[in-house]
Amino acid sequence: MAAAARFTVVGGGLAGLMTTIKLAEAGHQVDVLSLVPVKRSHSVCAQGGINGAVNTKGEGDHPDIHVKDTLRGGDFLAEQISVKGMCHAAPGIIYLLDRMGVTFNRTPEGLLDFRRFGGTLHHRTAFAGATTGQQLLYALDEQVRRYEAEGKVTKYEYWEWLGTVKDDSGRCIGSVAVDLRTMEIRTFPAEAVCLATGGPGIVFGRSTNSIINTGTAAGRAYMEGARYANGEFIQVHPTSIPGEDKLRLMSESVRGEGGRVWVPRKKGDTRAPQQIPEAERWYFLEEKYPKYKNLVPRDVATREIFMVCRELGMGINGRDGVYLDVTHIPAAVLDAKIKGVMEIYEKFVGDDPRKVPMVIFPGMHYSMGGLYVNFEADPKTLTPAEGSPKNQSTTIPGLYAAGEADYAFHGANRLGANSLLSCIYSGMIGGPAMASFAKSQGTSAAAMPEKHFQAAKQYWQDRFATMIKMSGTENPYGLAKELGDTMTENCTVVRYNDRLKKTIEKIRELKERWANVNVLDTGNVANRALSYTNQLWNMFELGEVIATSALLRDESRGAHYKPDFSLPEPKTKDPTQDPEWMSLWRARHEKWAKTTVATYSEAGPKIHYEDIATPVLDPEPRWYA
Amino acid sequence: MDTAQASAVTTKTITFRIWRQDDPAKPGHFDEFKVPYVKGANVISCLMEIQRNPVTVEGKRVAPVIWDAACLEEICGSCAMNINGRVRMACSALIDKLEQPITLEPMSKFPVVRDLTVNRDRMFDALKRIKGWVPIDGTHNLGPGQRQAPVDQSVMYVLSTCITCGSCLEACPQVTQDNDFVGAAAISQARLFNMNPTGKMNSEERVRSLMGPGGVQDCGKAQNCVKVCPKEIPLVTSIAVMNREVTKLTIKDIFFQDESPKGHGGGLG
Repeated sequence: MAAAARFTVVGGGLAGLMTTIKLAEAGHQVDVLSLVPVKRSHSVCAQGGINGAVNTKGEGDHPDIHVKDTLRGGDFLAEQISVKGMCHAAPGIIYLLDRMGVTFNRTPEGLLDFRRFGGTLHHRTAFAGATTGQQLLYALDEQVRRYEAEGKVTKYEYWEWLGTVKDDSGRCIGSVAVDLRTMEIRTFPAEAVCLATGGPGIVFGRSTNSIINTGTAAGRAYMEGARYANGEFIQVHPTSIPGEDKLRLMSESVRGEGGRVWVPRKKGDTRAPQQIPEAERWYFLEEKYPKYKNLVPRDVATREIFMVCRELGMGINGRDGVYLDVTHIPAAVLDAKIKGVMEIYEKFVGDDPRKVPMVIFPGMHYSMGGLYVNFEADPKTLTPAEGSPKNQSTTIPGLYAAGEADYAFHGANRLGANSLLSCIYSGMIGGPAMASFAKSQGTSAAAMPEKHFQAAKQYWQDRFATMIKMSGTENPYGLAKELGDTMTENCTVVRYNDRLKKTIEKIRELKERWANVNVLDTGNVANRALSYTNQLWNMFELGEVIATSALLRDESRGAHYKPDFSLPEPKTKDPTQDPEWMSLWRARHEKWAKTTVATYSEAGPKIHYEDIATPVLDPEPRWYA
Repeated sequence: MDTAQASAVTTKTITFRIWRQDDPAKPGHFDEFKVPYVKGANVISCLMEIQRNPVTVEGKRVAPVIWDAACLEEICGSCAMNINGRVRMACSALIDKLEQPITLEPMSKFPVVRDLTVNRDRMFDALKRIKGWVPIDGTHNLGPGQRQAPVDQSVMYVLSTCITCGSCLEACPQVTQDNDFVGAAAISQARLFNMNPTGKMNSEERVRSLMGPGGVQDCGKAQNCVKVCPKEIPLVTSIAVMNREVTKLTIKDIFFQDESPKGHGGGLG
C-alpha cells in the first residue's frame, strides 16, 4: 500500500463524513460518493440531540449507565462490545463536536446543556435547539470542506453507488457508480469501501425519512454477498405528523421538554382540546408508566398510542391520532429549546402548537437492522480494539458499513439520541479499520488487474442500457407505492404471521411485475426514473429480508411485536418476583436472544441465527412499568 | 392511513404549469398537468403524483418532471424553486395557499441541469472561499470547547441554520449567472465563524476573503435576501457586520501596513 492510499466512502451523512475525516486526517485520499450534496444528507433531519453521559447535572450519570440503558432499551439484541465502546466514547464525541463549532444550547454558566430523552432517567442529551442533526452534519461538512480545499477529499455529489468491484478472491477493490446528472458510469478503485448509506425508510413508502433513503446500496451489497442482520427490527416513532408525501417527525425532545400525550377520556369527544378540562383527559402513558411517564422507549410509546387508537377506538374523533401537548410550557422556553419542530408543525399543519395541542400518530422512522458488521474486542476494556481492521467490516472483505446502514448498536429498539452517536462513533472506528485493512493487504487495489474493473463497469453499462429500453406497462413509482403500502400495513407496529406471508407473496409479485416496467424517460441527462428503476429492485430485496426475518421470529421483542407470541403479563409489579413468569421469560430468551442473519439467494433470503455474546451485561427482563 | 388530520379526497383537481428543459443547451417549454386535489397536499406531493402518471392535460405521455428534493421538511435545502414567480421551498408550499394554475420554474441565477433542477455549486465554492469552518487541531480527545454565553449561542444558532437553498441568491439583483458575488448566505456564514470563540482566531482571513471582486461590497443593499430566507436568518445584519469588518480592515491595511496580521476580532484590536 502506498503511503497515501485511496478510499471510497459512500454517503455524506454523519457516519460517512466522520469516516472521511478519520481517513483524511491520517493522510489518505478519500472519494466521497453521495446522492445529494453532502450537506443535504438525511442526518440533517435528526432533531432532538446526541447522548453522552457527561454528567453535568449532578445526577451521578456515567457511561456505564448509558451502556445499561442502551442494551436494555434494545432488549439485549445489540452487539455489546460496540455499545460499550460507543457509550464510553460519547462524552469525547460531544466535546469534539463542541470544538468544531456546533451551536449546542448552553446553561447560564456557559456549559453544554443536556435534556431528558426516552429510556433513561438522566439528563444525557446534548442538543442544538431541535435541529441537532442539522448542526452536527454541518460541523462535519465544514471539516470535510476544509480537507477538500486541501485536496485530500474529492466529493462526487449526485453520484449513485451501484455495486462493488471484486477481485478473484472476492475482496472488494472498488465500486461502480453512476453520475446522476450525465448518466456516466465509471469505476472507483479503492483500498476499502464504506457504505454509510443510511436506512431503508422509503421501502415503507411514507416514513420520517428523506426520499433518498431507499436502502438501495445496502440492498445491492446484500445481493452481492454481504449479510444483512436484524432486518425485522424497524422503529416506528411514536410522534409524527401524517402527511401526503411523508410523515414528519415530531422530536422526542418535545416530550423531553415536558410535552404530554393524551386523549379525551370520553370516546368520540368532539370538543376542541382546550375545552376539555384536565380531569377529562387521559394521560395514558403517565398513568401506565409512573416512573418514565411520557419518556418510555419508543417501541413502548408507539404500541400504547397504536392500541389506544386502533383497539380502544379512543383516538381523536375516533381516528388515528392523539394529542401531544406543550401548551402548558411558556412559549419562550419552547422557542429556546424546540423551535425547529414547533415551526415544522406550524408550517405543515397550520396550527400553532404553542397554543393548540398537536395531533400526532406513530410513523416508520429507523431501521435498527442493517448490514452485518464485525468487531474485535479489546479484552481489557471490552470495547472495539483500536485500529482493528475487523471493526465495522461486512462479510465482504474490504467492504465496510457505518451508521444506520449497519446493524450493531441498537438491538431490538434504538433509544432516542443514540443514532447521531452511533453514526459518529461507527465512523470514528470504521475509518481507522479501513486504513488497517489496506495495510494488511499484499496488493493495493489500485494495482489490481484492469479486467476486474472493466468487467464490473461493463455489467452496469449493459444493465442500464437494457433498463432504459424497458417499455412495459408498470410505472416504477406506482410499484414503489404498492410496496410501501403493504410494508406499512403488515410490517410495522403489530405483526401477524399470515399477513407477513402475504407480504412476502406480494413482494414476489412486485418483482415479477418489475420486468414489465416502463422506464418513462429515455433522456441521457439526469434520468431519475432510470436510476430509480434500478433502486426499486434493491428495495424489493430489502423488503423481502425485513418481512421474512419478521415472519420467522416468533416472539415479541423491542420494536418487533407479535401478539400471537407475546409473553403474558406478570402477576407481580416487578416481573422478577413472579417465578412462573421468569421461567417463561428465560425460555423465550434462550430461544430468541439471537441475531437474525439473512444471506441472499435468488429464491429468497436464507435466515440463520447467531448467538449474542454478553460479556458486558447479563440480560434481564426489560420492564418499564 | 385514515388520520385525525383527515385527508379527504375530492374530485377537485389542481393545475400545474411546469418548466421543462431536457438539458441546459436546449430551449425549454411549459407542460401543463392536472392532479387530483388532496387536502394537505404540497407542491412535492403533487410532483410525486405526476411521477406516477406523467401525462399532460393534452393527454401526452411525457418523462416525469425532474426536481431536487430530499427531506421534505424544509431542512435539507434541496427543493428551492420559483413557485408562482417567487422563490421558495416546494415542500412547504401548501396547495391550499397557492393560486392556480401553479407555475413551477427553476431558479434563474443558477445553471439549469434539467427541468427544475439547477447546479448550486457556486454556493459551496463560496463556503470554501470564506473558509467556513473552525480549524480544529484534530479529532483526538482534547476536552470540551470554550464556554459560551447563552445569548451568543442563540445568535450563532440562528446563523447556523442556513440550509444553502439559494433563495437569497435567487432574489438578489446583484447575483447573475456570470458574476462571482458570493451572496448573502456565505457572508452570513463568515459572520458565524468569526463569532465562534475558536473560529475568531482566524477572523481576519475570513474578512479578507470578503474583500475585492465578488466580496461583501458587491451587495447593493436591496435587502431582498432577508425577505425570502425560509429560515428567517438576519442576512442584512450579517452583511452589515461583515461590511463594517471589511471597511475596518481596509483602513487598517492603509494605515498600519507594517503590523503583522492579528487574528482577534478581525478589527483594529
